[in-house]
Amino acid sequence: MNRQNIYYMLRLKWVMPLLFVVFLLPSSGWAQEARSVAEDPEAEERLIALTEDLRCLVCQNETIAESRADFSNDMRREIREQIQANKTDSEIIEFLVERYGDFVLYDPPFKPTTFLLWFGPLILFLLGLGTLIFYLRQRRTLVEEEKPLTEAERKQAEALLNENKGNDA
Amino acid sequence: MTRYLLPLVVFLIMVGFLFAGLGLNPRQVPSPLIDKPAPVFQLQQLHDPEKILSSEDNIGKVWLLNVWASWCVACRDEHPLLVQLANAGIVPVYGLNYKDERGTALQWLKQYGDPYAVSVVDPEGRVGINYGVYGVPETYIIDKQGIIRHKQIGPVTVKSMEETILPLVKELQSQS
Repeated sequence: MNRQNIYYMLRLKWVMPLLFVVFLLPSSGWAQEARSVAEDPEAEERLIALTEDLRCLVCQNETIAESRADFSNDMRREIREQIQANKTDSEIIEFLVERYGDFVLYDPPFKPTTFLLWFGPLILFLLGLGTLIFYLRQRRTLVEEEKPLTEAERKQAEALLNENKGNDA
Repeated sequence: MTRYLLPLVVFLIMVGFLFAGLGLNPRQVPSPLIDKPAPVFQLQQLHDPEKILSSEDNIGKVWLLNVWASWCVACRDEHPLLVQLANAGIVPVYGLNYKDERGTALQWLKQYGDPYAVSVVDPEGRVGINYGVYGVPETYIIDKQGIIRHKQIGPVTVKSMEETILPLVKELQSQS
C-alpha cells in the first residue's frame, strides 16, 4: 500500500462518521418535536386551538400559536403542562388573563371597559345611517320647495329647447 | 354655517382620538397584577445557590423587584440608575435573574456593578410567568403588605425614577 492510499483511507475513516453525525443532528431535533405531538395528539390539538386565540405580547400582531418568540415558547410549555395537569380550557385562559390581562385574548371579553370596542362599529353605523336619512330628508324638502317657473322663464326654456330641435333637423 | 362646522367638528374629534391613541405605547400593556398580592416565590440566590430567598421574607418593607438578564441590552441602560438607587440606600432592590446563566450573570454584575440586595435565579422563566413578565427589564414596586403597587415595563429612566418610582416608594414607606 503506498502512502497516498493510506491517507485516502484515513480520510474516509473520518468522513463516514462525520456524515453520519451531520445527518443525525437535525433529524434528532425533528424527532423530538414530532414526538410531543405523537405522545398526545389530543393535548397538542387543544394547545393549538387555545393558542390561536392568544396574543404573543412580544410580537403583538401574532398569535402564540404562530409565533416563534421565546415568550410564546414559554407560554406553549406552560399551557402544555396545564393540559397535562387536566386543567380545563377556561382555567388555563383565566390563569393567563390573571397574569397578562385581557390583552392576551384575541377574543375580547364583554365588560364595561370593552363596551366601546364591541359597540363602536354599531354606533358608527347608526351615525352614518342617521346622517344619510337626514340628508335625504333635507333634499326632499328642497325639491318640494321648488316653485313653478314664471311665465318669462318658461318661454326662455322653450326657446332653448326649440333651438336644439332646429340643430337636430 | 353647520355645513362647514359639522365636518370640522368630526375632524377635531378624530384628531382627538388619534392624538390620544397614537400617543399610547403599545408595548405598555397594563398589568392586571397592580394592587394584587405579589406572586410568592422561593428561588435560589444567584451568588449562593445553597441559599433560598422567599418573597415572603420581604414582607414588612417596601422593595423593588427588578427583572434582568445578562442578554438583555436595555438592562444596561437602566443599570447605572439602579446602582445609584442602591447606593443612596432609599429602597432595597431585589433582582430576578430571568432566563440567564449563572456564570454570565455573575460576570455581568462584576462588569456593570451589583445594585441588588439579593438576586434570585429564574432560569426557565416560571416565576416570570407568574409576574406577567414579557419584556425584560421590568421593575415592580411591592409594598409592606406584599402588594404590587407599580410595574415599570422597559428600562427605568431618570424621568420615571423621579416622577413615579421615588415618590411612590416614599409614600409607601410612610404607610404603616
